[in-house]
Amino acid sequence: MENNIMISLFVLLPLLTFLISLLIPEGREKTFSRLAFGALSLQLLGITGYSVYWIINGMNHVNIPALEIFNKGDYQFLLGFYFDTVSAVFLWVGAFISFLIIRYSRFYMHLEEGYKRFFITLLFFYLAYNLTVLAGNFETLFLGWEMLGISSFLLIAFYRDRYLPVRNAVKVFSIYRIGDIGIILAMWASHHMWHENINFIKLLDKDLVSNQMSSHGGIGLFIAVCLWIAAAAKSAQFPFSSWLPKAMEGPTPSSAIFYGSLSVHFGVFLLLRTFPFWEHQLTARILIGLLGLVTAVMAYSIARVQSTIKTQIAYASIAQIGIMFIEVALGLQVLALIHFAGNAFLRTYQLLVSPSVVAYMIRDKFYHFKPKTIRLEDTFSKRLAYSMYILSLKEWNLDRLLNRMFFNPIKRFGRKLDFLTPKNLLLFFLPLYALGLFLYFNKEWVPDTILYYLPGSFGLLGLFMVFKAFSERIYPRLALLLVMANHFWVALAVSFNENFDYSQTMIYLSGVVVAGIIGFWTLDYLRKKEPNHFDLNQYYGHVYEYPKLALVFLLASLGLMGFPISPTFVGVDLLFSHIHQDQYLLASFDAISYIFGGIALIRIYARLFLGPHVKNYHATALKSS
Amino acid sequence: MAHSVSSAMDDIIQKLGHYLPAQFPLKDFVHHNTLHAFQHLPFHEALHKASVTFGYKVYWNIERYRAYFYEKKINEEILKRVITEHKGADDLAHWTNLLLHKSPKELIEPKIGQIRKLWRQAYNLNLDKEVHQTLFRLLNAYLDQGIAIWKFPAGTNGLLAGIRKLEKNSFSTFIKSERVRELLFDKSTQLEDLLDLLVGNEKFYGQYLFDQQFSHPGWSGMVSVLEHNESTLLDKRKVCLYDLIFLECLLEIDALDRRRGNRWAALAPLIPPDHLGIFEELKYSEWFEIHKLWQEALEWSYYDQVIKGLQLSHEEDFKKKAAFQAMFCLDDRSCSIRRHVEHFAPDAQTFGTAGFFNLPFYFQPQHGKFMTKVCPAPVTPSHVIKETESKIRHEKDAHFSKHSKGIFGGWAISQTMGFWSALKLAKNIFYPSATPAMVSSFKHMDPRGKLSIVSKNPENKHHGLQVGFTIEEMADALEGLLRSIGLVQDFAHLVYVIGHGASSVNNTHYAGYDCGACSGRAGSVNARVAATIGNNLEVREVLAKRGLIIPDTTVFVGGLHDTTRDEMEFYDVEDLVDSIRILHERNVKTFEVALDYNAKERSRRFHTIDSRQDAKKVHEQVKKRALSLFVTRPEWNHATNALCLIGKRENNRHLFLDKRAFLNSYDYSIDLEGKYLFGILKAVAPVCGGINLEYYFSKVDNDRLGAGSKLPHNVMGLIAVANGMDGDLRTGLPMQMVNIHDPLRILITVEHYPDIVLKTIQTHEQTYEWFANDWVKLVCIHPESKKAFVFKESEFFEYIPLTHSIEAVKNLNAVLESTSENLPVYLIG
Repeated sequence: MENNIMISLFVLLPLLTFLISLLIPEGREKTFSRLAFGALSLQLLGITGYSVYWIINGMNHVNIPALEIFNKGDYQFLLGFYFDTVSAVFLWVGAFISFLIIRYSRFYMHLEEGYKRFFITLLFFYLAYNLTVLAGNFETLFLGWEMLGISSFLLIAFYRDRYLPVRNAVKVFSIYRIGDIGIILAMWASHHMWHENINFIKLLDKDLVSNQMSSHGGIGLFIAVCLWIAAAAKSAQFPFSSWLPKAMEGPTPSSAIFYGSLSVHFGVFLLLRTFPFWEHQLTARILIGLLGLVTAVMAYSIARVQSTIKTQIAYASIAQIGIMFIEVALGLQVLALIHFAGNAFLRTYQLLVSPSVVAYMIRDKFYHFKPKTIRLEDTFSKRLAYSMYILSLKEWNLDRLLNRMFFNPIKRFGRKLDFLTPKNLLLFFLPLYALGLFLYFNKEWVPDTILYYLPGSFGLLGLFMVFKAFSERIYPRLALLLVMANHFWVALAVSFNENFDYSQTMIYLSGVVVAGIIGFWTLDYLRKKEPNHFDLNQYYGHVYEYPKLALVFLLASLGLMGFPISPTFVGVDLLFSHIHQDQYLLASFDAISYIFGGIALIRIYARLFLGPHVKNYHATALKSS
Repeated sequence: MAHSVSSAMDDIIQKLGHYLPAQFPLKDFVHHNTLHAFQHLPFHEALHKASVTFGYKVYWNIERYRAYFYEKKINEEILKRVITEHKGADDLAHWTNLLLHKSPKELIEPKIGQIRKLWRQAYNLNLDKEVHQTLFRLLNAYLDQGIAIWKFPAGTNGLLAGIRKLEKNSFSTFIKSERVRELLFDKSTQLEDLLDLLVGNEKFYGQYLFDQQFSHPGWSGMVSVLEHNESTLLDKRKVCLYDLIFLECLLEIDALDRRRGNRWAALAPLIPPDHLGIFEELKYSEWFEIHKLWQEALEWSYYDQVIKGLQLSHEEDFKKKAAFQAMFCLDDRSCSIRRHVEHFAPDAQTFGTAGFFNLPFYFQPQHGKFMTKVCPAPVTPSHVIKETESKIRHEKDAHFSKHSKGIFGGWAISQTMGFWSALKLAKNIFYPSATPAMVSSFKHMDPRGKLSIVSKNPENKHHGLQVGFTIEEMADALEGLLRSIGLVQDFAHLVYVIGHGASSVNNTHYAGYDCGACSGRAGSVNARVAATIGNNLEVREVLAKRGLIIPDTTVFVGGLHDTTRDEMEFYDVEDLVDSIRILHERNVKTFEVALDYNAKERSRRFHTIDSRQDAKKVHEQVKKRALSLFVTRPEWNHATNALCLIGKRENNRHLFLDKRAFLNSYDYSIDLEGKYLFGILKAVAPVCGGINLEYYFSKVDNDRLGAGSKLPHNVMGLIAVANGMDGDLRTGLPMQMVNIHDPLRILITVEHYPDIVLKTIQTHEQTYEWFANDWVKLVCIHPESKKAFVFKESEFFEYIPLTHSIEAVKNLNAVLESTSENLPVYLIG
């Protein structure tokens, strides 16, 4: 029992702190920092105390199926917690670093515009961190995972009145979410594999796992690969690495805690957490090890040529995380945990003292300078060296690679749908959807072969909507409507699968409709107020004049994108459980549209509300700054 | 570099270089007028022009002026007078209404960027996005002073040459277009050829390049500075603006070729026929007039009190035999410490002068591989002072080592030292202490080392510079110093010469915190050298012949004041005879108390400290702040500066000026011709004016003329800071240096006869420009009648302050503890 209480407290206390912090009015620097510092001190004490107690008592794995969020017969949404060595290490390191950073930021952020925003986001991040680390099942983990993504977006775009932070925040958010496709699909597949929302503790049951594996070998590998992708994206491994240095746009302590230490190690965490699951899959282990190896070599070469301090630290850290991947793949879990903690501390400190590098290195140079002459006589080795140098300076073209792989094709595809406008959307949508509904209610009329393909086709239609929303350049309201439309298509597609309770679809769509209407209303209001500055072609920075409206729209977007805990999310998860095991395509379509819908919404938010303010009656930053 | 540049192109590049920010690499950071390129115009006109051309904000936000008005920080009477003076009494009501109620409107787009933005309109192509990242990375890789572990491999003989070599010998390339590669490798390619492709009409080349370079003024400005000041980099690099522009044009063509293939053409046909150049004539703007009037009202609301205060001086009150005398830098940070010293030793006399103490030289620390210049930036010294027997070495910190960034090194270090870092961080956050990463003014010179001050043989050269000074040179320097501050008789037993420096950690702009008159270094060597020269018997003999008699009983002692930690150290004290040493030790006690109270006074602006505590306690906390990683404002440096008073200390010692004044001692009565005054003004106008205007512009437009918040800054190649990984370099001062600064131009007051002052400033055109164009305000106080004269358009006019009386404050400490706001002028007893 004491286990349940303590472990739940580690999540509840940050939650409570976060909620209280929302209520404190702006400008109360002391109140914020005291609240945050007090909570973190308590948390650190509690975690230290509990860990000692837990170690003395034999380090038994603790599983807590704590909260039933939703129960509908065969489907349960459980908020479950789990505590083992991995949780203990991550929890303690997280608490310790956050404790220091909160204290640090209290003074560091003094007089900064957005003091409140900073602390709230940091507390939100900390909540997400603990939720993820203590998660007892995939659903809970995903909850924390998504919250991490949003808090990360908000911290990178902390300087929301400049162009680069906002652009990079959207970029990082996009890459994060691409990784999330992996988690969603892994959740879906494991649901089918275990026929329940599997608790992590069950993975320890070796017989159970090997039994399942022998009968579901294909799915097993599928899940492993999905996790592999999710981990790679979150930990900036190959080919996702270039987001990490780009994320260093916020105040230095937030860069330190996020990208230096805690957030960036979540890939390692995911691998450690699911290790028992893929432990016996040699292919998966080789893949993970190889990924780590490639990343380490690549990141090392890039780190060597960086001439800015934070970028250099970022790539140095990526290289170490690559090695952690190898360690995990080799089964050296304890080593990986030690490595994680050491690397997190080291990079936090290095980032925090990074401004000192000028004074330090200049003095170093002053006393020890030796001019270096580089001689490469042999033309071929010179050629190789130069090529390597340029390649590393270009970050191995990773940025371009990602654009080519993911974003450009989607944009190109979306542009094909440019005939859609806010006015004519319904003309296309309503008849088609009516047809879909008609078919649904009259399934018996539809030939079986067609019926088989229908869900997939509807899923695909939804996906098209989202792609168009993602690439829309002119009409913000259209983009929003398209994301809504996607949800309707998904609902319809899944409905074809089996006869189930309408109320499940209702939960899902009600969330979509409410959030969508609010979002639409905010956009419409803004359009009427700022008719000349209302499209998606550039960043407008309307948050300067409409801070409240921006907040409302952000919340509505979160609701609409199916952000965890919103009704939409429960619906999304629930609908996923109705996608059959063999419907890989439909599952992928849904996962991708879910992910890109989120990106499209954040893009609308960023373009309209963030960036340098379009009106120049006050000082605005140059785009290149 | 063998590029021949046509004279038209050369003119354009020259002009560009003139308008770009002229900020040196961080280690040599010196304050200067941010809008130096507009200095040939009168202040308000220049601001208007700069704003219209480049889109800078040049005045405070109108809401701030209005708030100050309602808070009575802008005096209503003064505002009325300003409006009446500029607009006539008849329009007073009209303009008052405009000033108070006209609401802000959207401003027109600046003229810069108008041509280049056509790319986006015509081809929906964001060229900046395509080009900047590559350009900045290449530039930074080339110029890097020691961050990268693998340095730029293709030489240091020019950016373009290096890129050519790299691109030619590599399988991986930045430039993809075949035609652009040919242009790059063909040595006969001229910049005009590239511009012909991009722009297509010579008429617009100039403006296109302005558009292009001003989309990243930070990098362009840095290149321009390095082109003309090669020696500022320790690891030498040849670089020039021409190369940068050439490379950028190539990258632009490459981007266009990549994205558009054949489907693009030069811009000229797209430029509207009625297009105006960027430096076209100004149009009258009511909006700027409103701001101008507010600005004048804000400034005169403060100036008026100061002038009144100066008229209330009673030199005689302070005429006593001095117990000791102390020279400080004229720096505004010395303003308060001098007040405290005088408070605790009422019979002491303090002086202010430029902190290099009239001794321009290079300093060669014993183990250093380079020399450092320790005199004002524009001066080129011909002497060097070498240090011997120094024990100061460079302490290492493994956190900056390159091994932590490798694969195996990183692996080993993160698992071992990583845990040590956690402890170190925790310790620094709760119990800050000194680390190798910090900057301390006391480490500039080893007090126990020996300095080669006296030149025994002028032929003894070090890098072409004379080692040490000859007797004659020393006598000249000392005479100049003493006469300019008016210390020619009544020498006390002890005369202190105290330089200043600063300490901080995690501060990229550390050089800006040290002594500006010593090129951003601590003034310790200069102070010590000056004192040694003062004690030199041969020098005294020469001076005695010239009528400047320094009694044998007088001893000079050099020292250094650390303005961040409020600590002092004194040099060569062990050489003092016992009787003098006892006096000195008594004085040290006085200094210590004064330092405690100075720290306490400063602490009212530090939010981590409760200023009401006992002075000693506060001082301990102030010292700790300087070592804390998270303190972004170890001290406020020159923030709030607004005044420069030139005259006898006895004539301003009765005033409380809230650390806002540069104080230069000067006695008109021994300089009736204005010879020394000229020396002072020639230095003070650009130095104090430069500091003041840099603060002004960084405050009013922190986004474009300042460096923005320093919290997200990333160090680029050890030469500058930028935001994130791909941002442009940020010039100017970070937000954290100017939070409390009110944007006032500096008021220079001179105690002398108006005709002499007028004659003096007119002797030197560059100096005269500062006053004639109103970049600094000048007021002359008549030494006998105390009448004030304000300098306006080449003449002095009598000024009668509206302030009737100045409040006298008995308990200054109570006032200081009560608020963290700027304080008005008070009379102190």
